[in-house]
Amino acid sequence: MTAVTTTTNIPGTNTRTKPSRSMWQHTFHTITHDKLSCIALLVVIFYFVLALLTSTGLVAANWGAEIGPAYSPPSAQFLFGTDIFGRSVFLKMIKAAETAVAIGLVTSLISLVIGTILGAVAGYFGGIVDEIIVWFYTTFSSIPFFMLLIAIAFIMGKGTTTVFISLGVTSWVGLCRIVRGEVMKHKDREYSQAASAIGAGHYRKIFKHILPNISHVLIINFSQTFESAIKSEVILSYLGLGVQGRPSWGTMIDDSKLELARGVWWQLAAATLAMFLIVLAFNILGDALRDALDPKLKGK
Amino acid sequence: MNMYSYILRRLLYVIPVLLGVCFIIFIIFNVVAPDPAYVLLGRHATIEQINQLHKELGTDLPFWNQYLNTVKTAFTFDFGSSWSSKQQISEMIKAGAGPSLTLTVPLFIITFIVSISIALLVSFYRGGFIDKFVLLLSIAMMSISSLAYILFGQWFFAYKLGWFEIAGYEPGFPNFIPYTVLPVLLYLAFSWGPDTRFYRSMILDEVYQDYVRTARAKGVGELSIMFKHVLKNAMVPILTYGIIQIPMLFLGLLLAESFFGIPGLGNITIKALNTSDFPVIKAMTILSALAFIVFGVITDVLYTIVDPRMKLK
Repeated sequence: MTAVTTTTNIPGTNTRTKPSRSMWQHTFHTITHDKLSCIALLVVIFYFVLALLTSTGLVAANWGAEIGPAYSPPSAQFLFGTDIFGRSVFLKMIKAAETAVAIGLVTSLISLVIGTILGAVAGYFGGIVDEIIVWFYTTFSSIPFFMLLIAIAFIMGKGTTTVFISLGVTSWVGLCRIVRGEVMKHKDREYSQAASAIGAGHYRKIFKHILPNISHVLIINFSQTFESAIKSEVILSYLGLGVQGRPSWGTMIDDSKLELARGVWWQLAAATLAMFLIVLAFNILGDALRDALDPKLKGK
Repeated sequence: MNMYSYILRRLLYVIPVLLGVCFIIFIIFNVVAPDPAYVLLGRHATIEQINQLHKELGTDLPFWNQYLNTVKTAFTFDFGSSWSSKQQISEMIKAGAGPSLTLTVPLFIITFIVSISIALLVSFYRGGFIDKFVLLLSIAMMSISSLAYILFGQWFFAYKLGWFEIAGYEPGFPNFIPYTVLPVLLYLAFSWGPDTRFYRSMILDEVYQDYVRTARAKGVGELSIMFKHVLKNAMVPILTYGIIQIPMLFLGLLLAESFFGIPGLGNITIKALNTSDFPVIKAMTILSALAFIVFGVITDVLYTIVDPRMKLK
């Protein structure tokens, strides 16, 4: 029996969202038929592939190596120049894509899990549970984002985990609020009633029936959290609470604050450019997704 | 439900939220935070010294007592004194509020005027070249890190070209202007984007309403429709959006203030971070949360008064 087993690895999303496939087809159609969002999608895919390649060590593995004199300006030999230790700014920039994608993914996942679960539970059960969760996120969002971020990051001390956790736990409120509203709308729809009629429990109704129907909200929010996490990482790096031990665009931009007066602009330029492209791509893609997935905007 | 009971309920809701905010701050600073004794006394402190310090800071009290003290500071504004400069924090905040406001109030007003003008312009030519171009430009400009704007702006416009002061501050009305122009312009560069996009979508929500078609049908001019009909109706969400931003004005501009050497609240916060000055950061967190809660209530109450449909929800 342990001979050849062909793994039929169907991506999980395909089977789960089958009932609403036409929506995804519509989305796919909208994005692939708009040149700008098509390019944006390609840019995002490019960064993800780049991050995958650097994390496996195939690309930019020797970013820490000294390749020339310190602060050499950009030239044919040193694309984007070198930094204070004579390391290639170009390789650092590429290696930092891995950090950025990791930060974006982990932050969005943390906020997705917290926001979705709390929002779904609040919207679905209502009553006292709802009151408590609403109170909780009202409280949370009463502390301005940056102050809370700074406070949490400061207490946890510098490090990569700090960046992940502080960004994750501060960015779930918006999603939670939207999911709660959507679940409230959906829980009394016919399909949901039908699910309870055939004996589906609360858990099954929330996760198998309602959440797939509001998955577009989750995806739009995912892309927003992703890009804002990349942008917030820069602020954390400036405050000295950023990623340690590997290059990130935030630390590169932060480093350049002392270099600019000496005319060393390439580190700032490289990091800003790399960040600009992925954030811009995510912004355009987010807009395209919103236009395609939000039924209210259809045809506008 | 009538308006007054809604407003009363909204006002009363401040109490649990305030208690909750204090609880989060208490958890962060009193429970999770490392023992202040290690920060203040270093590695070679004796047990007596540590105990003495705990007593002074009130960290030897039971947790519920410490929590009550946190709540108390939110009402009395008695935040104690800074660890690094030994100054009273309430005095530091009073001194820092002025410079912060000279930076944030002009910024707020200019950003509002610029964004709403651009939003009106692009929604007037909606779907056209200007609309698409401005939208793309706004997305592009908000995709650049704020730190990059500040670094580049300070280096290029102030250092290279010498158009503005590089850093520094002078109190008094006309004196501060040369120091605040550049930070305000740099912040405008990346804050007009999201604002314009929001205002534009609010205006566009109104543009397709029936009353606009009616106005057009009876022969009202396009400009008059835009300013008299559409803008008036779109003003409700726009003003709400504006009011919510006001508490941020008191916080100052974290990054710009420390880069341009403006002794405002943002600068105080960053200095406190660099010196591990717990009480100052705690005070700033409480203060900003308070401002946020108060303006949240004001917004909600104004909303009910301006838009009678709200209270039905």
